Amino acid sequence: MGRIYCRISLLLIFSMASFSAAAEKNFSGVWVGNYSEDFPDRLPGPELGDYAGLPINDADRLRAQSWSASLIALPEYQCRVHPSDYASSFANIRIWEEREPISEELIAIRVQHFAWQTRRTIWMDGREHPPEYAQHTSMGFSTGEWVGHQLKVKTTHLKEGWLRRNGVTRSDQATVTEYFIRHDDLLTWTVIIDDPVYLDEPFIRNRDYIYSIDNQIGNYPCDPVIEMVREPGYIPHHLPGTNTDMLIYSERHDIPLEGAMGGANTMYPEYMERLQELPRPSELAGGQE
Amino acid sequence: MKNNMIKQFIALVILLASPLVMAQQNFDDIEIQALKVRDNIYMLVGSGGNITVQIGAEGVLVIDTQYAELSDKILAKIRELSDKPLRYIINTHHHGDHVGGNENIKNAGFTLSGGNVGAALSTAGQGATILAHENVLLNLASDENVSTELWPTLTYFSDKKDIFFNGEGVRIIHQPNAHTNGDSIIFFRKSDVITTGDAYITSFYPFIDMSSGGTLQGFIDASNAIIDLIIPEYGQDGGTLVIPGHGRLSDIGDVINWREMLTIVRDRIKDMKDRGMSLEEVLAAKPTRDYDPRWAGQGIFSTENFVTAAYMTLED
Repeated sequence: MGRIYCRISLLLIFSMASFSAAAEKNFSGVWVGNYSEDFPDRLPGPELGDYAGLPINDADRLRAQSWSASLIALPEYQCRVHPSDYASSFANIRIWEEREPISEELIAIRVQHFAWQTRRTIWMDGREHPPEYAQHTSMGFSTGEWVGHQLKVKTTHLKEGWLRRNGVTRSDQATVTEYFIRHDDLLTWTVIIDDPVYLDEPFIRNRDYIYSIDNQIGNYPCDPVIEMVREPGYIPHHLPGTNTDMLIYSERHDIPLEGAMGGANTMYPEYMERLQELPRPSELAGGQE
Repeated sequence: MKNNMIKQFIALVILLASPLVMAQQNFDDIEIQALKVRDNIYMLVGSGGNITVQIGAEGVLVIDTQYAELSDKILAKIRELSDKPLRYIINTHHHGDHVGGNENIKNAGFTLSGGNVGAALSTAGQGATILAHENVLLNLASDENVSTELWPTLTYFSDKKDIFFNGEGVRIIHQPNAHTNGDSIIFFRKSDVITTGDAYITSFYPFIDMSSGGTLQGFIDASNAIIDLIIPEYGQDGGTLVIPGHGRLSDIGDVINWREMLTIVRDRIKDMKDRGMSLEEVLAAKPTRDYDPRWAGQGIFSTENFVTAAYMTLED
């Protein structure tokens, strides 16, 4: 009888010591990107003229075609951080919680991204999003809620950013919905971008991460410098119809230009049939491989 | 045909830029909201241009005054922030959505006096000082329908004017021929905040008021001047904060995006103009079609107005 009481007491102590609050999952720790997934788009970065699979509209396509990679040589562009909705396209992250010290209620979940050491806050205390006239930032303003065991995050107040770091713009009017889903030591991070300015359909990006007990997030210094002397106010860009760089991806992989230029239809499997009907760059060049 | 189009366009711009036309709206439902920018700097949002309020031991400094019909609400909001005397009004330019409340706000404050003015006086009896570039006064004075009570009481005609108030240097810097010929941006050196007036906005394409000397190149020059003053935090996020004439509180990221848009549009239109394209041909070519979904507004903020004014103010 005494043993039974002892076991019940121990069970109570253990359950109280590490309670399971509703559907909350613990995401804390360092997570390493699964770089075999979409590798070319991540650490190396996308090729010039690769807008394939992005549901961009004509306006965003022209912005991308006008973009010159020389832009990021300007001092005021050199240390611009990856926006929070792009972070999953790059490197490792650290997640930790901020809890009220007495009640242990969850106030916020913090996410640090390796690139530029950006830190974002996902508020879990039910606070409202700020008014539209408040500052927009690269991280935006995020609030979270539990949907089952998934963390659902809504982000507003983003500065203008990018869908791909080859000139494809995401506007400052976009809102982002994210889901963080943990399966033991695997984390799936889903980003859904709604941009009424530049997207015809929501853009959805999934990335997987692996829990690590061996990694830490390193520092990331960045000091802008003048790399070349230019006229004050000079902005590198391509006038419409003059950008030959945008052909690089299409020609290098012999993909029809229409497909490389993106659009909502290029996201779907049926587009493969359309691609078969389009001339490849090698065919346009006279059949040379 | 071309001359008629240009004349009609200028007439429209003059009409729409008039303080009286801009004031014809219902203000009953407008609430004045205060956004804390720094410890002693607030941005007030209502209807019309954003208002900057700097508070401190010496009193209250206000940049722009929106419309006269909102003055009571604006003053009530200012009194929530500080009970100190209202000493300075600075006007960023002369449009009615920025100077309409000058008289009412001025009369709620005072200008300190002494010395040669009269040792027994503590106030010059003229209300708060209204400070602006000389061209603000000239533009307001050229409209006989505008009350003299809205006029600046202290003007500068050089490239800048400095005052020291509430423990910090406040530099008022003329931006010639941007939104108008009388634009000022105001730099709070200790608070690290810049108020731009309509030389920088986040809501729509710029309104190039050609009837008052505005030019696209002036807008670009002003945005470069603002960027020169900004020192961003690590990561180009934060640091010097910017209160625009309309729209949201900003930092360097927003201003360089704005400058990028203006510069690229300028280069495209100039290229077309250099190739001999008429205004009608340039409009038909839609040189701003990638920016229109974000920046095009109605009336004076429309794509047609922006491209037309840009075309007309670019040098051949």
